Amino acid sequence: MKKSLKKLIAGIGALSFCAVASVGVADAAWEPKKPVEFVIMAGKGGGADQMARLMQGIIQQNNLSPRPFIPINKPGGSGAEALQYLKSKSGDDHVVMVTLNSYYTTPIMQPELGIDINTFTPIGRMALDTFLLWVRPDSGLKTLDEYVAKVKAAGKDWKVGGTGSGQEDSILTAMMEAEFGYDVTYIPFPGGGTVAKNLIGGHIDSTVNNPSEQSEFYRAGQSVPLVQFNDERSPAYADVPTAKELGHDIVYYMQRSINGPPGMSAEATEWYINLFKTVFDSAEWQKFCNEDGIDCATWVGGADLAAFHKTGYERHKALIEKVGAKAITGE
Amino acid sequence: MFQEILVHLGEGLLEAFQPLNLMMIFLGCFAGLFVGALPGLGSVNGVAILLPITFLVPPTSAIIFLAALYYGAMYGGAISSITLGIPGASTAVATVFDGRPMAQKGLADQALMAAAVASFIGGSVSIVLFTLFAPPLAKFALAFGPPEEFSLMILAFATFVGLGGDDIPKTIFSILIGLLLATIGLDIISGRPRLIFFDIPGFMHGINFLVLAIGIYGIGEMLWTLETTQGQVTIHSVKTSWSRFVGNLKLIKTYIGGSMLGSFLGFFVGTLPAAGATPASLMSYGLTKTFSKDPESFGKGNPAGVAAPEAANNSASTGSMLPMITLGIPGSPTTAVLLGGMIIWGLRPGPLLFSEHPDFVWGLIGSMYIANFVTLVLNLALIPLFVRVLATPFTILAPLIFALCVVGGFAPTQDMHDVWLMFIFGVFGYLLRKLDYPVAPAVLAIVLGPLAEASLRQTLISGQGSAAVFLERPIALTCFFFALMLVLYPVYQHFTRKKAKAADA
Amino acid sequence: MTTRKAELAMAVFLLLASIALMFKSMQLNIGWIPGRGPGAGMWPFYLSLGMALACLATLYRWFRGTTPQARSEEPFVAPDALPVVAITAGGLFGLLVSIHIVGMYIGLAAFMVFYLRFVGRHSWLMTTMFAVGTPIFIFCLFEWALTTTLPKGLAIFEPLYYPLYDLMY
Repeated sequence: MKKSLKKLIAGIGALSFCAVASVGVADAAWEPKKPVEFVIMAGKGGGADQMARLMQGIIQQNNLSPRPFIPINKPGGSGAEALQYLKSKSGDDHVVMVTLNSYYTTPIMQPELGIDINTFTPIGRMALDTFLLWVRPDSGLKTLDEYVAKVKAAGKDWKVGGTGSGQEDSILTAMMEAEFGYDVTYIPFPGGGTVAKNLIGGHIDSTVNNPSEQSEFYRAGQSVPLVQFNDERSPAYADVPTAKELGHDIVYYMQRSINGPPGMSAEATEWYINLFKTVFDSAEWQKFCNEDGIDCATWVGGADLAAFHKTGYERHKALIEKVGAKAITGE
Repeated sequence: MFQEILVHLGEGLLEAFQPLNLMMIFLGCFAGLFVGALPGLGSVNGVAILLPITFLVPPTSAIIFLAALYYGAMYGGAISSITLGIPGASTAVATVFDGRPMAQKGLADQALMAAAVASFIGGSVSIVLFTLFAPPLAKFALAFGPPEEFSLMILAFATFVGLGGDDIPKTIFSILIGLLLATIGLDIISGRPRLIFFDIPGFMHGINFLVLAIGIYGIGEMLWTLETTQGQVTIHSVKTSWSRFVGNLKLIKTYIGGSMLGSFLGFFVGTLPAAGATPASLMSYGLTKTFSKDPESFGKGNPAGVAAPEAANNSASTGSMLPMITLGIPGSPTTAVLLGGMIIWGLRPGPLLFSEHPDFVWGLIGSMYIANFVTLVLNLALIPLFVRVLATPFTILAPLIFALCVVGGFAPTQDMHDVWLMFIFGVFGYLLRKLDYPVAPAVLAIVLGPLAEASLRQTLISGQGSAAVFLERPIALTCFFFALMLVLYPVYQHFTRKKAKAADA
Repeated sequence: MTTRKAELAMAVFLLLASIALMFKSMQLNIGWIPGRGPGAGMWPFYLSLGMALACLATLYRWFRGTTPQARSEEPFVAPDALPVVAITAGGLFGLLVSIHIVGMYIGLAAFMVFYLRFVGRHSWLMTTMFAVGTPIFIFCLFEWALTTTLPKGLAIFEPLYYPLYDLMY
């Protein structure tokens, strides 16, 4: 029994070496040989998940890859689980990950994880999501100044909803608190959709949602944006001023990019960069971005993305130090 | 107003009757049955996995396919709950309580029929309610904030007072450990991981309800059956025949009441964002049991105990589409994925969807009427096939079930960590069960616990640490009142029965 | 082991586990944060405290002999059923270990052979049918219809599946 098992294993081993060798010879350009794991740093149904599944669909529909992309959600620990997973997949050419800004914040807020995002393989930036400050129309607020005055008067009675401590909107909320010198009550909810519902339903007073989560309520006249936190006004919200115009230096974006594990082979990296560039340029992707008020104007790939991540990481580190990690987690 | 709805509905039905859409309904119901019946997959993963396929067809056909799949999966969950004793999804846990004993008594066909008929009733009631009252119900859903959600969870817990065993310390232990397991993973309020044992990253995504349920009901139950039968038996085969079918039809009247209750309750709970079909089915089971003339027979194979949760989960699945379509907010994890799909197809769910894309919305509504019939017919027709499973020799069935458990434990999170946990829960569940620790409360607690904790803490934060907020919320107070009534009712019943008995003697 | 001893052992084990959980929760904030409500650890801490108390109650009832389990001198697992339960649990454990090494499909095939042939004593024909059929069915369902990958074991087994992927896509 034991002997035959050994023989079997040896046989299988030999077979697999043959397979590897033959594949290596037959084909010079790299292509995935098995389904590609498409790790998502967030749960099912969220913004990152939607984007990943849209990309998966575009890849499949246009036959861009000989093997399918298989989305796997790893939402644990604000992305900590996904980051650790990607780290453990060092040198694997069949894993890529869709990231959010928790790509920067989680390693900073949870240093015990030992994650250095510079070791990952940057592939391409798919979008820059934007943030606006939303209130209900019945609040009667029209401008940022009115808002600040009202919030200052209300103090802790002013309730701001968000998607969780340590998430992008909580950082932005902390930045606003630091800039305007008020102190609000921040209530975390699971997901931007729930936040939107609680704003419309009157359970919270304001929020800094992404446009995709509020645009329908805005069109229906149930919510109003007061200010946007972009460098320049986004075309979808041309009459909403930016914070910069109003003299407050609060600019904040959420990057959505694709990154591979540490030590991905150069050939594979190149293949993925080309693939995602094609996805980025596709009509479907650009249409999705335009409708959602997401910035998809310029493609940033490979080494440029590495530089972008470096600035992004440093900036978040400075931001978190400035407002204090306690202001974000509320503990 | 009413006339307008009828006209729209007519158009929607016409849309749904287009050959492509009709085919999508059939495919969806069939795929849903499969996905729902396989332990571990369930509607959330089924919809998420099959989402990309829908890029190949127009959006209306795509949503029809996925909605039918959602629908079919609700029923599919009942199939594995009844025949194998493993809930295919959290929505089908309550179906196990009576469905499994029925199968063990050789009444699997009866249980499956109760599930099919109740699902049909649930589906029909909810779709009519959906057609007539979508916009006003959406307004009501908006009024539901964290305090109301918390009160609803308390109400859900209260419906289960009678579910524990006779041993009170062990029942309490079971509830508490379920709640505790639910806290593992991310603390949503502080945004930090908590209770990550031995720094194993797998704990970061928390303990999925399915891991516990498959462990306890799949592996634990199999070990238990092996011990009691010493691996000798085929379980309890059922011979199906036409006369038996007709006989089962006559039983419908015994559970129609519970099904109606479950349908309305399920729809109502389903429309509330964040609640979904699982609490709905649990509450429906609990209420039907509490107000039954013979609560003792529940958990021992009462068809009403199968019908009530099944009516509610189907009804709730329709209900949870309501906030998705009218508000763009998911009412359940599955609709969260559906919502993502709609956005990908270029449709913007929200307050304007009804007026801007009536063909889409009414096509979907029309398809639900048809899908409801399709699932009923499909399920009744397949009952003889499903009960055949029970005739398989145990030494073949057991390894097949283990294989399904292992694959089902792995697939949702793609993590072997969960499969190991499932194994541990299975062995422990088996040992605990032998010592008369009730396991159902733990499974319920792990489902309801996270919602309860999050909504309580959100309420407290918004009240700046004071619970006085609850006093200002009429809906929440009403729920608390009913919860209190439910807790007191069995006590009251107990005393009146004692009195009656004393009078008899 | 008698049921009475098993009841005691389980209650003691669960008590210790509950106490360990209390200590684990204390790494978090178990207090009340002014203006915000309970800290992250408060809920788990009091839950595990409650669990510990429930175990103490069970132990008290054990000493008093209140529960049927505390009085039963019957063997905890029936002696003639013990082998089959142990073999099944052990086989399942082996299956999980083998998934890490040879992957889901080969592991399942081996498990089916083990269970059908050596536990169930079915014919070799029957055994082979299920041992081959089950992995193929699961492969088709998951990798093909549902595009979900299952573990393939150590890296050397991975290329075995490449030809299958060539066929599928």
